[in-house]
Amino acid sequence: MATQHSRSAARIMMAPAVILLLGWMLVPLTMTLLFSFKKYLPLRGGDLGWVGFDNYIRFVSSSAFWPSVQATLVIVGGVLAITVIFGVLLALLLDQPMWGQGIVRILVIAPFFVMPTVSALVWKNMFMDPVNGLFAHLWKAFGAEPISWLSEASMQSIILIVSWQWLPFATLILLTAIQSLDSEQLEAAEMDGASPLARFGYIILPHLGRAITVVVLIQTIFLLSIFAEIFVTTGGSFGTRTLTFLIFQRVLESQNVGLGSAGGVYAIILANIVAAFLMRIVGKNLDA
Amino acid sequence: MARSVTQQRKAINTVAAWAVGLLIFFPILWTILTSFKTEAQAINDPPLFFFFDWTLENYAVVQERSDYMRFLWNSIAIAGGSTVLGIIIAIPAAWSMAFVPSKRTKDILLWMLSTKMLPAVGVLYPIYLIFIRLGMLDSRTGLIIVLMLCNLPIIVWMLYTYFKEIPGEILEAARMDGAGLKEEILYVLTPMAIPGIASTLLLNIILAWNEAFWTLNLTAAKAAPLTAFIASYSSPEGLFYAKLSAASTMAIAPILILGWFSQKQLVRGLTFGAVK
Repeated sequence: MATQHSRSAARIMMAPAVILLLGWMLVPLTMTLLFSFKKYLPLRGGDLGWVGFDNYIRFVSSSAFWPSVQATLVIVGGVLAITVIFGVLLALLLDQPMWGQGIVRILVIAPFFVMPTVSALVWKNMFMDPVNGLFAHLWKAFGAEPISWLSEASMQSIILIVSWQWLPFATLILLTAIQSLDSEQLEAAEMDGASPLARFGYIILPHLGRAITVVVLIQTIFLLSIFAEIFVTTGGSFGTRTLTFLIFQRVLESQNVGLGSAGGVYAIILANIVAAFLMRIVGKNLDA
Repeated sequence: MARSVTQQRKAINTVAAWAVGLLIFFPILWTILTSFKTEAQAINDPPLFFFFDWTLENYAVVQERSDYMRFLWNSIAIAGGSTVLGIIIAIPAAWSMAFVPSKRTKDILLWMLSTKMLPAVGVLYPIYLIFIRLGMLDSRTGLIIVLMLCNLPIIVWMLYTYFKEIPGEILEAARMDGAGLKEEILYVLTPMAIPGIASTLLLNIILAWNEAFWTLNLTAAKAAPLTAFIASYSSPEGLFYAKLSAASTMAIAPILILGWFSQKQLVRGLTFGAVK
């Protein structure tokens, strides 16, 4: 259909975006890859030559590595579990007829628009502070000893903060998916005597499968690289040092670029494994 | 009979949904309320909800301490600049992919998406180094470019899914009537694409406004946007709740308002069209 003329025009129009993204991807990636094979300490001698796979081995064998992998998995897993389970429940609730639905929707979605540094600081100081935080007031009101959340229950606290930020996203996507469900099908099931639980298990949940997968994959990509929430709360202490934070510390704080770059390559590989699954789903959708 | 049952169910739904909604919104509400208290009232036990002496003093103090306006301007310049620049670059690309698709269109789209998956921390030092070399560290220009590149895949994708919905026949009709490529884009495509472009603009401004990896790592004093402004309240200022709240409220208010307008686009934009 398209003429030769419009084809070449199309190519020219695509060029800026493609070239920019290609550069954005290849240049830093190549540099990271190069650095990862070098002993490179900008503040202590600079580029000290090639060291082969030394950095890769050292990064993995350092005592901080496995705890950081564990912290990453716990945070990602915890937030995913909370946001998906509560997201489904909340989406089901918001789908029901009620008064003021629009306003409730706005209330539920709001946390997503709060910048990460704000939500982390507000939670840290105004809620989780062991002396003046709201939780401390609440605990004292019930005669319990206040908890210093971010040191005694650091992981739970971070998971709570991040879940609060991402629950709106999960809810909104799942709600959109529920609303696209054919209501006649549900009514038919109801007339045939299917219980609410059966309707949920056999009709709604299978229909949501795809949306849940999308939520899980997209959130995983963002959650693997959460930074600000840890940066302003615990600064990576009390067992909350994730892989992202460990690499950040190696590169910018201890200025060991070679070691940090090797860590970066690991993080890129990890993210690409998740991304491969997401791409397959999105790709299928393009064909449809 | 049936009617009263549904009314009753509706009432139960309403109460439950409002309770959950308010619970989720509570941290934001609490922050806004606290910003109007004095420091002593802010840490009062039991907590004060509405009955306290409302004051605007904190807002004045925050502005005085750290020149909020400068951070706000940086945020506006960086979020707005990167999004507008991204859209200018993305429109022709999305247009050509939606209307002149080739065998490779799908691959290019997926590849663009894959660049978004690259963890920022993996390329932190190279970008840092390039910024130093080019003298772009702590500059608005540098951040505009980086955030534009970060969001370009989302911008292309969103525009692509919107353009795809414009019926191609209309463009063909315009072509038959003798419209050139320029007229076609300017007078036919653009008016129909405006809503999609506006949604894309809105969502990406929000994403850029809240971006907190590059903005924290690539700025110091001069180009720091509101994300960094708030991070500077980390400690010990963070213990002054009323001032922290005033600063937080000022940082999130503009985007909360924008965000409420873009709920619908949020789903589409962030799922790359996989959920509509």
